[in-house]
Amino acid sequence: MTAQESLTRTARLERPEIHETGLLRQSMTIVRRNLIHIKRMPEMLMDVTIQPVMFVLLFAFVFGGSIAVPGTPGGYREWLLAGIMAQTIAFASFVVAVGLTADIDKGIVDRMRSLPINPAAVLVGRSISSLMHSSIGIVVMSLTGLLIGWRIRNGLADAVLAYLLLLMWGFAMIWIGILVGSAMRSVEAVNGLMFTTMFPITFLAATFAPTEAMTPWLRTIAEWNPISCLTQAVRELWGNTGPAPSDAALPMQYPVTSTIIWTIAITAVMAPLALRSFRKRTGG
Amino acid sequence: MTSMPAIEAENLVKHFGETVAVDGVSLSVPEGSVLGMLGPNGAGKTTTVRMMTTLTKPTSGTARVAGHDVLSDPAGVRRSMGLTGQAATVDELLTGRENLRLIGALYGLSSSYIKRATDDLLERFSLTDAGGRIVKTYSGGMRRRLDLAVSLIATPPVLFLDEPTTGLDPRSRVELWDVLRQLVRDGTTLLLTTQYLEEADQLADRIVVIDHGRVIAEGTPLELKDSSGAAALVVTVSHADDLAVAERMLRDHVSEVHVDAGARQLTAPANGLKDMTRIAGVFADSAIELDDLGLKRPSLDDVFLHLTGRRAEDADSADTNDNQTGELVP
Repeated sequence: MTAQESLTRTARLERPEIHETGLLRQSMTIVRRNLIHIKRMPEMLMDVTIQPVMFVLLFAFVFGGSIAVPGTPGGYREWLLAGIMAQTIAFASFVVAVGLTADIDKGIVDRMRSLPINPAAVLVGRSISSLMHSSIGIVVMSLTGLLIGWRIRNGLADAVLAYLLLLMWGFAMIWIGILVGSAMRSVEAVNGLMFTTMFPITFLAATFAPTEAMTPWLRTIAEWNPISCLTQAVRELWGNTGPAPSDAALPMQYPVTSTIIWTIAITAVMAPLALRSFRKRTGG
Repeated sequence: MTSMPAIEAENLVKHFGETVAVDGVSLSVPEGSVLGMLGPNGAGKTTTVRMMTTLTKPTSGTARVAGHDVLSDPAGVRRSMGLTGQAATVDELLTGRENLRLIGALYGLSSSYIKRATDDLLERFSLTDAGGRIVKTYSGGMRRRLDLAVSLIATPPVLFLDEPTTGLDPRSRVELWDVLRQLVRDGTTLLLTTQYLEEADQLADRIVVIDHGRVIAEGTPLELKDSSGAAALVVTVSHADDLAVAERMLRDHVSEVHVDAGARQLTAPANGLKDMTRIAGVFADSAIELDDLGLKRPSLDDVFLHLTGRRAEDADSADTNDNQTGELVP
């Protein structure tokens, strides 16, 4: 190539205008990318579709006969549903953690950070797509519930509040996911840690069996578990259970307020830790 | 073209706890030129690039890209440069086209521009047919090319490439070199890190050699090779019995001969082609049959040995470099 040609080439090279876009638009671009992932790998949705439906059916039909739940119009099956929903949404923190670790590991986060965008867009985008992911689970489980006899027996406002509490809970869980996702080095490590912690935590609660029948010390732990007041709140709002017995722990007596306090507290503690961990991991 | 350097680093230092990864790197790359950053694994090349591209905060020192300071104006730096990291950072579940569109959208480019640039880049990188396929199905070379294409979506005036050809087969490597030359002809300033002297030789106007986080040498490829001493003459005899005679014959012409009996090889320092032709004549007149006679160019290892008095300690990079740059020149 001659110098003349080289000159014309340089002149032809177009440098496009880079527009400043806001955090929201950048985050939504990343959400769209995460949704394409789900489209390409629908098995990513197994944790909010097949898995919880299987749990609902297993618990309802295997244990359903042997667990008595006083004060529930539709029996154990109806009582169970809120528990499975709470667990599924708690597990959504897996989705955030695994996705984030994979993105950091593969250098996608570095690539995003080398662009003129708000660094928070990566996290906001992941949070929004994770909430969408969880919402799919809530819809699938509500439909499964309707099939096996679960009903919303109270008014619309209460029903909506229950769904909102579940989403708030999901939002708090996202921060745990971000913390774990940026602290762990591999997807396998994330899965290992989450299974060994989240499984016992979600079972040691009023999720699948009433706490009244547990040994006193275990009952105390279970009733102070934030998942218990969440399930109690959701069940009461949907009319799936009566108020907690008077000897239950304090959060069970005021489940809606307690759930709101818990989710705010978890977010307030976890969000700064998660952000610090993410910055440390990606900023070197 | 001579005014402000496109990339400038001023005494960059990075500590990770007790470890000093980068220990005072300064460099300057004039607009439209190519700087090769040469060094073994763990020398601090990647950390230096990460500091210059705002991904890692320097412990001290600073850098400027297209006049924007990495500390006071990171957004300006990010608007002016493209980065292709060591591993291909493309999204495996997206198609090639979607990868380009994603990054274009994050840059805030207009969708009509993104469409045009995507078509153009896919064509330039021979990916037009593969553009609609998900990246998971791509070969290593295709991923690399897409990765580079993604970095170019906003046509940045400055491009950082961290070991762009590591893991590529020789053919893909040469193809990528061609693409990079084209970019430079189009006016892009390039900083690339590499473990291969040959790569730096092929592409760079100037080279800095980095070891233990410091710049230990700087110059044009030619200057560097000259500084690392003369090339070596390598004679391979066909029959092991001839080794002793051949050694004696060589000693008449050169000061020092190293014998590798297993490989039936004799190595001696040589001052370029002149020595080689002379010695080739000597053997042609003798009854000794040769398998090969050649001039061995200095490898990165040789440059290193000369500069530091020791071998580049990374066995892995040393091996690859022998393959890359230690070939015999007929």
